[in-house]
Amino acid sequence: MNDSLAASTGATTAHPAVRFEAVTKRYGEVVAVDRVGFDIAPGTLVTLLGPSGCGKTTTLRLIAGLEQASDGRILIDGTDVTALSAAERDVSMVFQSYALFPHMDVMENVSYGLRAMGLKKAEAEARAAEKLSLVGLSGYEKRQPSELSGGQQQRVAVARAIVLEPKVLLFDEPLSNLDAKLRRRVRDEIRGLQQDLALTVVYVTHDQEEALAVSDRIIVMRSARVAQDGTPRELYNAPASRFVADFMGDANLLEATVGPHQGETAGVRVGPLTLELPHRGISPGPATLAVRPHAVRLAAAPAGKGGIEGQVTKAAYLGDHMEYTVNTASPKAELFATDADVNRAHEPGADVAVRLDPESVVLVAND
Amino acid sequence: MTRLAPHPESTFPVRNVGAWLLFAWAGFLILPWYVVGGGLFSFGWLADFGTNGPAALQGLHGAPWLLPLILPLLVATWLWARRRTGGLAMAGGLALLWMAVEGLAIVHSGWGFSWLAGLAGTKGPVQPGMGWGAVAYALAMLMLVAADLAGRGWCKGDRFVVGSLLIVIATLLIFVAYPLLSILSSAVRDNSGNFAPALFRQKLFDGNIWSLECLAGGRNCGVAWNTLFVAVLVGLLSTVLGLALALIALRTQIRAKWLLRGLSILPIITPPFVIGLALILLFGRAGMVTIFLSEHFGIPRSRWIYGAAGITIAQVLAFTPIAFLVLVGVLQGVSPSMEEASQTLRASRWRTFRTVTWPLIRPGLASAFLISFIESMADFANPLVIGGNFNVLSTDIFFAVVGAAHDQGRAAVLAIVLLVFTLAAFLIQRQWIGKRSYVTVGGKGDGGVPAPLPGGLRLGAYGIAVPWLVLTVVVYAIILMGGFVHQIGRDNTPTLEYFLTAFSIEKGVGGWFLSGSAWPSLTMTMTLALISMPFTAAIGLLTAYLLDRQRFTGRTAFEFLAMMSFAIPGTVVGISYILAFNVPPIQMTGTGLIIIISFVFRNMPVAIRAGLANLGQIDRSLDEASLTLGARSFATLRRVMLPLMKPAIVTAMIYSFVRAMTAVSAVIFLATGRFNLSTVYIVGRADVGEYGIAIVYAAVMIVLMMIILVGIQLLVGERSLGRRRAGAEGLPIAA
Repeated sequence: MNDSLAASTGATTAHPAVRFEAVTKRYGEVVAVDRVGFDIAPGTLVTLLGPSGCGKTTTLRLIAGLEQASDGRILIDGTDVTALSAAERDVSMVFQSYALFPHMDVMENVSYGLRAMGLKKAEAEARAAEKLSLVGLSGYEKRQPSELSGGQQQRVAVARAIVLEPKVLLFDEPLSNLDAKLRRRVRDEIRGLQQDLALTVVYVTHDQEEALAVSDRIIVMRSARVAQDGTPRELYNAPASRFVADFMGDANLLEATVGPHQGETAGVRVGPLTLELPHRGISPGPATLAVRPHAVRLAAAPAGKGGIEGQVTKAAYLGDHMEYTVNTASPKAELFATDADVNRAHEPGADVAVRLDPESVVLVAND
Repeated sequence: MTRLAPHPESTFPVRNVGAWLLFAWAGFLILPWYVVGGGLFSFGWLADFGTNGPAALQGLHGAPWLLPLILPLLVATWLWARRRTGGLAMAGGLALLWMAVEGLAIVHSGWGFSWLAGLAGTKGPVQPGMGWGAVAYALAMLMLVAADLAGRGWCKGDRFVVGSLLIVIATLLIFVAYPLLSILSSAVRDNSGNFAPALFRQKLFDGNIWSLECLAGGRNCGVAWNTLFVAVLVGLLSTVLGLALALIALRTQIRAKWLLRGLSILPIITPPFVIGLALILLFGRAGMVTIFLSEHFGIPRSRWIYGAAGITIAQVLAFTPIAFLVLVGVLQGVSPSMEEASQTLRASRWRTFRTVTWPLIRPGLASAFLISFIESMADFANPLVIGGNFNVLSTDIFFAVVGAAHDQGRAAVLAIVLLVFTLAAFLIQRQWIGKRSYVTVGGKGDGGVPAPLPGGLRLGAYGIAVPWLVLTVVVYAIILMGGFVHQIGRDNTPTLEYFLTAFSIEKGVGGWFLSGSAWPSLTMTMTLALISMPFTAAIGLLTAYLLDRQRFTGRTAFEFLAMMSFAIPGTVVGISYILAFNVPPIQMTGTGLIIIISFVFRNMPVAIRAGLANLGQIDRSLDEASLTLGARSFATLRRVMLPLMKPAIVTAMIYSFVRAMTAVSAVIFLATGRFNLSTVYIVGRADVGEYGIAIVYAAVMIVLMMIILVGIQLLVGERSLGRRRAGAEGLPIAA
């Protein structure tokens, strides 16, 4: 057992904080996580991102030990923990509902893990007080969880999780129970804390904007598998599939034809338009063009000769920008567009010519 | 279930496995393997170590079949020394299997199976029942199995969970499943123990059980038809009454909270036969009403109350509160906004009730019917007291065992018939109605005011409910006061005679002592009920925890086995315990232990229900948070779950105590002279016509139970008791 352990982790000193090796989780017939593999480097914040039901929360719970893998191996800091229970793993978690113990006060909640480890009460409380001041809740020790606001409850949950100084800290949709204004602040606090303490954090969310804002790396999941694994910039600028392109920023997906490669670029035809774009290794022939909403430029019909002909079907005023839905015949599509110019808005029913900003479109292979 | 590599060496549970190994060795080498006279703690067995010795000694002197038990122990010890859990399951499993085989094959009278005797041609060796050594050895082996299975990743690798799961399953198998199997095996054998399928067929289809003579003008119908007839009638009447009461309590201006409270408490504190007793005092040949009618109206005295009529009235009085509680839950689950929606769509009140409310509560009505049906079938004490010559299955089972006939085979056959009826009703209630229920019980209310009843319906409900309420009040008045007059109805001068006979305290040579005839049984009942109380709560809540919080293969089967005892009539439990535990390998009849065990497993479903209701309100992420903070399941259970489960603990404790105090059907088979119980004593008094003492004793018990309930209410406070009641609503409690 020991020999194989040493062999698998090799002689390198820097283990990944978390390593998944072809991990599968089945519930009867249903496969919730399907041969998922990745490494998470120490000291980084990695987000598991995907639509609901994609297996991201199950993956998180597999790291925590709250679910047991049906197949594959899970290593934490180079040690095989696949068969270990949650209590035996050096991992803490901040729950979506915060899961503060309602019959204990703040201090008892935060020192719970230390007491479970067998620490004396005085020492446990000293260390808990230190973490409480770190999250800015000194003086709240004797409060009951029910007497705290949502944001404060979450800080207690964070303090409770980091007090054990775990090898990996897990967040399950930490912002979902907060109101919109608080979200940005708490998000920044989590990121700040992670960077100050050089924590390894795995973070689950379904909100791509949140993921882009906090992550060093994002693992996009789809139907129980990893769809793409990369930095926020890579995912946004170089999506590996139509799904990722769509998920990372509401892209409009248009049918396109790639022309012959010329160095790094190729001519890409979309309806009447031809754009000079990086071909990203996609061979000539049919492909998909992912167009961000702000890359769709609209002009009143007579002026815009040579553009894609379309008709505005919906127009909504959102204060600092306009949102349009535009129907086009060739290529046949329903485009979603945003425009910062709110003063010269297009009316529903107006004929427009559509052009695309080559800076914000990306070529994606057909699935 | 996941099957993964066993624990790496570093996580081998050295101390845990080591401790259980020591325990197993102690069970094998030191503790007496067989039952010892006078109990383990008298230490008489130490003086006579040779004959009362441990398995090792017994194995060398005349019981060589015990010697193989050392092999798994040696293997397990070797595995422990090598720090490996893999293989412990095999060793422990083989040890338990061998214990079961040798225990069943060699009993006190020789070979346990007749084919073995035929094979060997001799009477065979003998051995007494298993003792504490065997218990220690078996428990330790079970825990070694748990260590191995946890090491393989079962139940997320948690030894405590696997261990408690195995313990609960093992006790359910031994104390629920094995006795039921004993009934089956006893039914197919004749009285000398030989396999006799022909006799079984003859008994099963006997005219006494299935005859339909009464339809053709004959004298009597079969006992199965009698029971079925009464049960259906009681089910229908109780449901109608329960519905009327529930409608009055929830949908009229009265909104009677006192009605709700009173009716939810009555069935808990009333010993089941008391109502039959009161009916006799009212309508019996010498009853108050009978005498009144014959003196003033010349209506001749008759014995009409002794039989189907009396049983039906008594059971309707006894079980309507249970149907009422079920239907209150159902009616509360009907969201008022649905009725408001109907009314805003211009439906009249009557049309709303008929087209919206009624279809929504229909599954609940079926449920109330089936629960009353099961209760009626299972009821033993009322038919015994008031049944006269009208036999039902539960009393017939009793008389087949205690009567002159003493035909265990017949008792077993009757028990099977009764069990089939109640289990069928139980299955229908769970499977069929459970899935057809639209009502979200326990869901959040969404405001709105329930529609008042249409006029005709309201009058109907009052018309049905008020006479019933009057009768109930009269019955309880009789019970509370009847014991304090000379002869109720005939001679109403007050007297303390009966009370003093039962409960006097005198000063003798050695100081004060309890000289009343009821004291021994009362103190014994209280003692046994108190002992059983924490065990019932513990095993019931543990089972609820496993059911609610853990996923494992066979969970549905486990749940079914655990909840099934709801539907096993007490008489069947009684007869099955006699059949299973009268002879080795587990010999307990005549002890207090078997009574405690029967209390625990009869009342366990109540604790499970209370636990499940409570756990449903505790967010799962709380235990997960505790786990990820490094507290194992046991620590999590102790430090997080238990403090949050206080309401369920209180409920389980109260119910198990009170139900143990009032139980009669199962324990009437198990009580002995030394371990006499209140209920058995009262039934005995009533049986010989000493109604005064019986009634006085019943009144004392009711008052005692009231005091206990109120005392606990004051002790734990109104708030948690309020929650308790919500959690315990609609418990189908089999008598």
